[in-house]
Amino acid sequence: MTVNATTNEHVDLLIIGAGPAGMAAALAAAPRGLSIALLDDNPLPGGQIWRDGPNAQVPKQAQDMRGRLQGFSNIRLHSGCKVVALAGAKRLLLEDAERGWVLSYDSLILCTGARERLLPFPGWTLPGVTGAGGLQALIKGGLQVKDERIVIAGTGPLLLASSATAQKHGAEVVRVAEQASLSAVAGFAAGLWRWPNKAIQAITLASAAYRTSAHVLTALGTDRLEGVRIQVGDKIEELACERLACGFSLVPNVEIAQALGCTVRDQAVVVDEWQATRLPDHFAAGECTGFGGSELALVEGRIAGLVAVGERETARGLWAERLRWQGFADRLNTAFSLNPALKTLAAPETLVCRCEDVRYADLAGHGSWTGAKLATRCGMGACQGRICGTAAQTLFGWEPPLLRPPFSPARISTLACLDEGESV
Amino acid sequence: MSEAPTLQGHAADVIVIGGGIVGAACADELASQGLHVLVLDSQRPAATAAGMGHLVVLDHSAAELALGEYSVRAWCELAPQMPDDCAMRTNGTLWLACNEEEMAEAERKHAALREYGLACELLSGAELARAEPSLRSGLLGALKVSGDGILYAPNAARWLLQRQSSRVVQRQAEVVEVQGNRVRLASGEWLQAPAAVLASGIYARELCPDLPLQAKKGHLLITDRYPVQITHTLVELGYVTSAHKGNGPSVAFNVQQRPTGQLFIGSSRQFDNHDPEVDAAMLGRMLRRAMDFLPGLGDMTGLRSWTGFRSASPDGQPLIGEHPHQPGLWLAVGHEGLGVTTATGTARLLAAQLLRTPPPLDLEPYLPQRFIGARAHA
Ligand SMILES: Cc1cc2nc3c(=O)[nH]c(=O)nc-3n(C[C@H](O)[C@H](O)[C@H](O)COP(=O)(O)OP(=O)(O)OC[C@H]3O[C@@H](n4cnc5c(N)ncnc54)[C@H](O)[C@@H]3O)c2cc1C
Ligand SMILES: Cc1cc2nc3c(=O)[nH]c(=O)nc-3n(C[C@H](O)[C@H](O)[C@H](O)COP(=O)(O)OP(=O)(O)OC[C@H]3O[C@@H](n4cnc5c(N)ncnc54)[C@H](O)[C@@H]3O)c2cc1C
Repeated sequence: MTVNATTNEHVDLLIIGAGPAGMAAALAAAPRGLSIALLDDNPLPGGQIWRDGPNAQVPKQAQDMRGRLQGFSNIRLHSGCKVVALAGAKRLLLEDAERGWVLSYDSLILCTGARERLLPFPGWTLPGVTGAGGLQALIKGGLQVKDERIVIAGTGPLLLASSATAQKHGAEVVRVAEQASLSAVAGFAAGLWRWPNKAIQAITLASAAYRTSAHVLTALGTDRLEGVRIQVGDKIEELACERLACGFSLVPNVEIAQALGCTVRDQAVVVDEWQATRLPDHFAAGECTGFGGSELALVEGRIAGLVAVGERETARGLWAERLRWQGFADRLNTAFSLNPALKTLAAPETLVCRCEDVRYADLAGHGSWTGAKLATRCGMGACQGRICGTAAQTLFGWEPPLLRPPFSPARISTLACLDEGESV
Repeated sequence: MSEAPTLQGHAADVIVIGGGIVGAACADELASQGLHVLVLDSQRPAATAAGMGHLVVLDHSAAELALGEYSVRAWCELAPQMPDDCAMRTNGTLWLACNEEEMAEAERKHAALREYGLACELLSGAELARAEPSLRSGLLGALKVSGDGILYAPNAARWLLQRQSSRVVQRQAEVVEVQGNRVRLASGEWLQAPAAVLASGIYARELCPDLPLQAKKGHLLITDRYPVQITHTLVELGYVTSAHKGNGPSVAFNVQQRPTGQLFIGSSRQFDNHDPEVDAAMLGRMLRRAMDFLPGLGDMTGLRSWTGFRSASPDGQPLIGEHPHQPGLWLAVGHEGLGVTTATGTARLLAAQLLRTPPPLDLEPYLPQRFIGARAHA
């Protein structure tokens, strides 16, 4: 048997991630007429905030952007498509449901967004426990939560967004446990007048179940979740519930940037005022450069899209707006910084790596991620350390693993497309 | 070698440098003979961790055949005591022939192994298709070697290091200098024992630059879990015609199915490449080769790939014995792509020399003297 010849594709501009940043970048760059590919591993563009599904109501702004993307014949949308490996200079191996192929590009904008940080605590692997954004995504994807009692815990505005989604779909949110203190949260809210639409969002989201200085201790149950034990100030409460959703803020998705050789600092891709990374022709925008909300992602995406097609002056006109939203992001990040107590939630027997069944105690004695991995197989399962590597970074301060091909599980026939990379 | 070592008595009867499969087997064998062993390991990326673990008898030379056959037998003796996580099985090897030339090689090998007393048989193309239906059609046949096996080397090494814990002590430490039977640790501390064994795999040259060892990089990939479809370890005979011939980078088909149902796919060979990163082009080439034998592989999911380094001597055989210029320093290095298999035999040959007991095999072909001659006098 011979392997099908690789169907190669070349574009002037490749954008990875079709969240707010990636969509904005594509729309800003498109009028110049260059060929653009916009790829995302989800079925539809929108990213995390505008995630689509049977139960989702995608806002008008997102629908407009989707419509405009379709209006440009020079934008090719690769949905349900993931990056599998680097395939040489300015070449990437991609895979979607049907095929694997190598795409080459002249310029690249990374808009890979962020993911939730999950931290281990006793019981966190019980069925019924998810991430806070994860619960939101499940509901949008069709999960029925009507009449279920739900506890949401962790930190940041995402808890409120998740709570709102759950309530809208008929769940009873019995508690929202925010780890930050009341003064931090109040200080943050008091500054929101500068971003009026954010203030309105915050008010509509606030709920009677909301508690500050509160964090999860244990998820209770044997075969699935039955309740949760929470620390609220200096008191401990136990609540019966069917679901627990925990999100300990977001971590930028920097793995591809890192594999390409971009600088990553404080877990975020480093960019200059043009959204340029240290690599020529490689840009980054949105939450992969740091947590900042969708408005910041949108303006960063527009700047990156413009700069990538040479429209620096127009891009410069957007700097003031970016500064404004960066101010919001900075306040957010200070107000909701993680309480060190959250690093000590895991018990010795708590699983940290659920793919390979590695307990907290198995890891605690090691000096580095590599040493721990060699000895325990931590991070060697299907998630490739995305969850436990991030947790270990928070818990032990270990540098997370570098991605190796395949970046995520991929068909062997796709991987077989990797070649010397001379021809395009 | 600046200051005079401050010696602090004997740390053990024997110090073993390196706790990979070879060091572990040596420590275990010496402990079985009643010695107290201190194993020093610095937890560096090891060939053993690459995890392939095919127990296979090769016969490129009489020495290779002798050591391989003896070693596989030794593993089988250990098998009943091994814990489940070592995944030890005797599943047999199928050497696959694509063309007449490879079939001729299968026949030659058949005769050679039979003569040595190994259970093996030639399969026709049809018999092969029945034995392993996932293989592509049109293969000419195969040689089946029934006594070959497979194990999970990282766990086997750990087991060997732990099972005689009263006599085998493990310590995490990096050795930075060796002088005969004395070793200096990164902390500056010197340790000594009547004998030191160097079993640090590809890193051995850092401590002993006169060792004629060369690194050969290899790639591996593991798939998701699938229902059993391959029972034997499948290897191509292509080395006679193309693959792994000469010094250029090469790939050869090698697949085994682990007890988890995951397929373990190898392997590639690159010289003078010390970069542990996965080389995308080499991975692609290795997988195209594998798909050529197992067409169904294309639709399976590859989970992870990684690399490892084999430590090769000029004639492909390990160096087992005392260092000609360093009394008290014993070598167990240079196992190339076969060190999981030959760890047991290596350990017994080494112990026999150290303890001056009759060796189970002729020692000559493995002695370090074949590369490190007598020191020239100035
Ligand atoms: C789980 C979750 C839920 C959230 N919910 C809300 C909410 O309800 N309200 C709110 O205001 N903010 C929410 N946020 C914050 C929100 O992410 C940001 O405000 C905004 O969406 C950031 O936009 P972005 O374009 O930078 O990244 P994202 O929206 O994260 O988009 C990045 C996109 O890139 C894709 N991607 C990443 N890597 C690859 C790859 N290798 N190959 C292919 N595709 C890739 C991702 O799947 C994603 O679609 C949520 C965040 C998370 C993580
Ligand atoms: C891709 C690949 C596939 C393979 N497939 C097979 C196969 O199917 N069958 C087979 O039989 N063999 C196979 N091999 C070969 C086999 O893996 C090796 O020959 C064997 O693992 C070598 O074991 P070792 O103990 O000598 O070295 P290693 O496993 O490398 O162990 C050396 C140890 O020494 C330690 N060390 C190094 N320097 C120091 C120091 N200065 N101080 C203290 N400790 C130190 C390291 O931490 C390490 O633990 C394969 C090899 C590779 C790379």
